[in-house]
Amino acid sequence: MKQQYLKNVVTLNLNSEKCIGCGMCLEVCPHHVFKMEAGKALIQNRDGCMECGACARNCPAAAITVRAGVGCATAIVMGKLRGSKPCCGDSDEPDTPCCG
Amino acid sequence: MADDNEIRSKSCCSCQNTTENEGCTCTQSPLTATKSPSWVIGIINHSAGTIPRIKAQLTIQDRFGSWKARWDMGRMDYKVDPGLYAVGNPDDTSPVLVTANYKMTFDRLRQELGGLNLWILVLNTKGVNVWCAAGKGTFGTQELIDRIAGVRLAEIVSHRRLILPQLGAPGVCAHDVLKMSGFKVIYGPVRSADIPGFLAAGMKATDAMREVRFGFMDRLVLTPIEFVGTFKPALVILGLLALVNIIFHGSLPVYQFLGRTLLDFLPFFGAILAGAVLVPLLLPVIPGRALSWKGWLFGLFWAGIYLEFLTPAGNGWHIAAYLLLLPPLVSFLAMNFTGSTTYTSLSGVVKEMKVAIPAQIISVGLGILFMVGKLVF
Repeated sequence: MKQQYLKNVVTLNLNSEKCIGCGMCLEVCPHHVFKMEAGKALIQNRDGCMECGACARNCPAAAITVRAGVGCATAIVMGKLRGSKPCCGDSDEPDTPCCG
Repeated sequence: MADDNEIRSKSCCSCQNTTENEGCTCTQSPLTATKSPSWVIGIINHSAGTIPRIKAQLTIQDRFGSWKARWDMGRMDYKVDPGLYAVGNPDDTSPVLVTANYKMTFDRLRQELGGLNLWILVLNTKGVNVWCAAGKGTFGTQELIDRIAGVRLAEIVSHRRLILPQLGAPGVCAHDVLKMSGFKVIYGPVRSADIPGFLAAGMKATDAMREVRFGFMDRLVLTPIEFVGTFKPALVILGLLALVNIIFHGSLPVYQFLGRTLLDFLPFFGAILAGAVLVPLLLPVIPGRALSWKGWLFGLFWAGIYLEFLTPAGNGWHIAAYLLLLPPLVSFLAMNFTGSTTYTSLSGVVKEMKVAIPAQIISVGLGILFMVGKLVF
């Protein structure tokens, strides 16, 4: 059973002009968000994106942007309380998003 | 971590500042081989250093260790030493798998490797699993490059390929690793169980191997830690209920006082169990998308059961108090499960929290007012 999260919230963007069609984003995405068509990557399942950031980090053409981070309520609350990025647990690096 | 410290291929520790491709030079002295962990079954003496050979089967202790970690016993310090390990009889052409130094992760990997000959490069992720460490950046480009240099991998294998778990990709930039170390990153399957198939297919992952799942069993193993996490707040609620009973029923005999307090705790205990265990288990079945919403619905369901079947018919104050108190509690716990799911996005969680947190606070506040009303009037 495939779980679905909220619609139309994701910050994922793909600049197809920059895309070189290497297919790296298809490889690293754990939710089949991308597909390849006519030598270019396309977003086929935008709402499936969980903003892990794997595609953006591994895109050699820097064609993908996404606000990556942990989708974790505890982390967001902790981040708000500490005035840092989302972070839960007792991390020694308050500026990195993390879930223990 | 006493068991795991002893065997190292060399005196390489996790220098944060190592930028040159040289073995790292830390202040930490080399550890002496006094006692090796039970899963080390030999040593390979290589010109680049001594490399522990590890078992590809888990023992009872390994399984017990994983079980304990699931229940949050020693979880934050359940690690193996970073460095290079051997499975079987690898040579310079054998594949190199990269993983995290969380012991459960390491165990999950090696138990799938029986009959194979390969190298395992363990990164220092501070005892955190691959995916979370990748999100934090500790399973990352810099650590990988430093570790490749630290274990002198280029002298051990003649090829220049590394197989990384796909879920390490949020932390690792494959083209930068190639540029800076000469090693090509190949993203392997999500699950370690698919590694033999992936290798047999010439390092090709199928679509199914690339997809993260979140089935019933995947959710079930996460529930103990959710439940354990509620112990402290549960004690606070129990303490408050006891305090109320002292104020209003202080003259009761001790056993009646305790019985009454435990009965008062029942609806809250049910809500905690619902939010930490039942909602995660029933996640795909409960209508709606936001986890806080799913929790609220299930909390209403639990409040209904409690009011209808488990408590003597009360007045309006009584009914309103529980209908206002229990759902937000379940909602809050369910919302916290977003950190454990494999599909919730940061933007989505931020969005649902904007509505859920104020709603939870207002509902609990009103619930407390009605509870006071019930006691006073």
